[in-house]
Amino acid sequence: MLQAVGMPDLDGLFSTIPDACKRTDTLDIPELTEWELNDHMAALAGQMVSSADYKMFAGAGSYQHYIPEVTRYLLSRSEFVTAYTPYQPEISQGTLQGIFEYQTLICRLLGMDVANASLYDGAMAVAEALLMAIRIGRRKKTVAVSSLVNPYYRKVVETYFAPTEFTITWLPYRKDGTTDLSGLDQIEGLAGVAVQSPNFFGCIEDLEAAGKAIHAQDAIFITCFSEPLAYGVLKAPGALDADIVCGEGQSLGIPQSFGGPGLGIFAAKQQYVRNLPGRLVGQTVDADGKRGFVLTLSTREQHIRREKATSNICSNQSLCAMAAGMYMAALGGTGFRELASLNHDKAEYLKAALQAAGLEVPFASATFNEFVVKFPEGFDQRWQDLLQKKILAGIPMVCYYPELANHYLLCVTETRSKDDMDALVKEVQS
Amino acid sequence: MKETVGTRGLILNEPFLWERGGKGRTGYSLPRRDVAAAALPENLTGDGPDFPDLSEVEVVRHYTRLSTWNYGVDSGMYPLGSCTMKYNPKTNERQAALTGFSGAHPLVPSELCQGALQLIYELEHYLAHVAGLDAVSVQPSAGAQGELAGMLIFAAYHRDRGKPRSKILIPDTAHGTNPASAALCGFKAVPVETGPDGVLLPASVEALMDDDTAGIMVTNPNTLGLFETHIQAIADIIHAKDGLVYADGANMNAVMGVVDFGRAGVDVLHINLHKTFSTPHGGGGPGSGPVCVCKRLEPFLPAPRVVKTEAGYALSEDFPKSIGKLHAFYGNFGIMVRAYSYMLSMGPKLKDVSQHAVLNANYIKEKLKDVYHLPFDRPCMHECVFTDKFLEARGVTTLDVAKRLIDYGFHPPTIYFPLVVHGAIMIEPTESESLENIDQFIATMRRIAQEAEEDPTLLKEAPQNPKVRRMDETTAARKPCLRG
Amino acid sequence: MKELSEVNLPEDIRYTKDHEWARKKGETFQIGITDFAQDQLGDIVFVELPEPGDRFESGEEFGTVESVKAVSELFMPMGGEVAAINEALEDAPELVNTAPHTEGWMLELKASDSSEYDQLMDRAAYLDMLKGLEE
Repeated sequence: MLQAVGMPDLDGLFSTIPDACKRTDTLDIPELTEWELNDHMAALAGQMVSSADYKMFAGAGSYQHYIPEVTRYLLSRSEFVTAYTPYQPEISQGTLQGIFEYQTLICRLLGMDVANASLYDGAMAVAEALLMAIRIGRRKKTVAVSSLVNPYYRKVVETYFAPTEFTITWLPYRKDGTTDLSGLDQIEGLAGVAVQSPNFFGCIEDLEAAGKAIHAQDAIFITCFSEPLAYGVLKAPGALDADIVCGEGQSLGIPQSFGGPGLGIFAAKQQYVRNLPGRLVGQTVDADGKRGFVLTLSTREQHIRREKATSNICSNQSLCAMAAGMYMAALGGTGFRELASLNHDKAEYLKAALQAAGLEVPFASATFNEFVVKFPEGFDQRWQDLLQKKILAGIPMVCYYPELANHYLLCVTETRSKDDMDALVKEVQS
Repeated sequence: MKETVGTRGLILNEPFLWERGGKGRTGYSLPRRDVAAAALPENLTGDGPDFPDLSEVEVVRHYTRLSTWNYGVDSGMYPLGSCTMKYNPKTNERQAALTGFSGAHPLVPSELCQGALQLIYELEHYLAHVAGLDAVSVQPSAGAQGELAGMLIFAAYHRDRGKPRSKILIPDTAHGTNPASAALCGFKAVPVETGPDGVLLPASVEALMDDDTAGIMVTNPNTLGLFETHIQAIADIIHAKDGLVYADGANMNAVMGVVDFGRAGVDVLHINLHKTFSTPHGGGGPGSGPVCVCKRLEPFLPAPRVVKTEAGYALSEDFPKSIGKLHAFYGNFGIMVRAYSYMLSMGPKLKDVSQHAVLNANYIKEKLKDVYHLPFDRPCMHECVFTDKFLEARGVTTLDVAKRLIDYGFHPPTIYFPLVVHGAIMIEPTESESLENIDQFIATMRRIAQEAEEDPTLLKEAPQNPKVRRMDETTAARKPCLRG
Repeated sequence: MKELSEVNLPEDIRYTKDHEWARKKGETFQIGITDFAQDQLGDIVFVELPEPGDRFESGEEFGTVESVKAVSELFMPMGGEVAAINEALEDAPELVNTAPHTEGWMLELKASDSSEYDQLMDRAAYLDMLKGLEE
């Protein structure tokens, strides 16, 4: 081969690179055999607390749900795993129909007209939704975001807005654990408002009232979520007149994996379709009139519209969207509803048991599978002790809301049994 | 020519999910109900989603059939330029699936996630070493977010010096994500024209660089597959006006162990783990786009960052100049595990990877340049760019060649990119392909050129073998049908 | 693509170098893109237009026209206020391909200075320009 390219040796191939740019050393990275690698990785993984052997009562944006084997198995089909973005539709129909079905199921779950093929994660989805509201609002320069939107999502929103001329107003929360929208009419040039439901306290927002208040200001109504399973029992945001619905889809069959990869879900009303960020799969026909799918409305995207694109996203979370599609298909409508009820009912059981044990649940609004508990002064030490017993008794809220010392956010999914919950109640009482 | 791999097979039709199934079926074993039902306020509850109910075997057949309509790296050669579709070693999948990693909650105290923190710390260290830069954040979720991180760092750096700048230089060969990422940071993209040899000339940069320009975004090797020979001189011009140099490292697969980007004058660089470091592309993602910086830009990296302390590894937010957070947690950790596993499997042999990737591309360039027009005839890096100029007389276009390749069992190269080359055919074989495969690809490309001469309809009517033929994209865009 | 001899160039409209046209229609001016432009763009899938009441200078961008894989900007032949837009294009953007100078019109303009119309190219001048592009 070297002869064919007219080079004396492999180094000759790099003759166009000036010597001053070349490195003189050898790469200093260990080289392991597959056997050694397995040992090394097992040792690292062994230093991790996994949901498998701890009793986790932690959610806050990452949820432990049982992933049916059928999802894991199908997702390992290498035709899905090792394909690129479906730019050549004739040999990408598997990915394309799979994503078209994902878009459809997401629309049905959220009650929306259109959903894109995915964004990076829930946090980025909220940032993109707010930027989209700014585009739709044309000359308006302000957005408002509930302080009960996941604090990490809010940080990402701040990053995306930092270099822009647009401002963010944070909306306070009320005593019942929902967002206070009463000040919206004081905000000038309001392009959009984002609330989360269930919110970071686990409380379900009154989206119907929120939508009316936001639309009264002629602003785009954005609702987001970190736990989409809730929509197995709650009213779909689309039915409550939401303009954009977005959030994190990790709950839909995707491993927690230390926070990523997850799935940025993004859906909107039909009238805003040309303002959507990210890829879209559309149905069409081939030269013989046979049904098929293509990436479409690509003129919104960076590879065509460049600096005027609706977003800079290119690679998305396609395989995670496939996983979510498989998961929703495996559960089915009936299974999804039942699983959602089970999450809710288990969380209600623990909530009631903790209250019966004398603990305070400070926010009165209805919750789904997460809720805030106020523990007595000094509980932080007890919380540490429980870790030794392989129980993670929620996420401390004081890191996000300094006024909420001794408050913890507890999460109960279908993976927690009644025995687990009884054990937790016993421990926090003693 | 030997028998081609392309052939017809048994392709099964498969309806939509919601055209299958029956009420009450499920492919899921619900956990036992051990608590009583509890009521939710009626004004909040809905009917639940209108999903089809399917049995497990229905779900399995559905997705198995769909998968057979796809072409992946595991199916065959995937010479998609600029995308580095190399083989994805299966051991990486095993490591990412270890329960300690895949089942880890991101918000546990640091003493309970030392394994993940150590992995991130070491991966960042190795990536910095390969790039020749000083510090890395693996938080960006994909290349475009790595670029955004880079541009946010540019903006933060100039703001920190009390002199915000409004423009950014971007060569006309750049990926579309470059101007889009710069625009998100409020920078106005100023295009720089490529020189006659396909590389940037210092004079063109000098003419445009001024005190209101934040710096330059260069893809190096560039999208023509050529190394930007004058990168150091260009960096000097930019630095002289207190600007910064960004390198889009999407094409890192060409220069691992060869180029030291720090010495080349680069200040910020992003890397695509899903290209160079062998993590699978998943039909469009998830990827990971670490951003690498020189020492003086380290304070601006996204936070939190993993730091090493006496008590072990920890996450630190203590970076007051940081551009902030880009991901709800720490990025696409599962992808980082795969890339780390790949790096440790290769070690110093990462240099061999680049050498073979470059050798393969040059070999293809030499073996095809008599039948396909080569706009820049000089040694290339890991990819080479041809055009359809020699086929024009027969009315055959780049698109036709690409579609005909499908019939022969190859994934087409990247086409019509870079935009500066009319009718571009951009071929990136990667290091994964054997000489036999590459020779078969070359023979196929030559045969297609011959068919273009003798019987262009073969190309115009292609592809014939896949599940569907050419799609009506005009109707798809005019009357969008985005859900079933 | 059409040969230059096949391009339809009506006499009753005026042309710009960016391939828009204007037609005097009583008090207002109708604006669109030329047959040459639509032929170059290929199948048009979407036309993005301003809202009635929006004001533009001559030469200012007023919208975009999209084919499957390209977006082109539209520039005002003359300054003024948008009086009406062709709403039929929302559902049938292909009208720009099939009848660029008639049913495929894009907007009606209340010109701020009617004399700008006289400065636009007539058929002969535009044809000369197109011939120049061919070379």
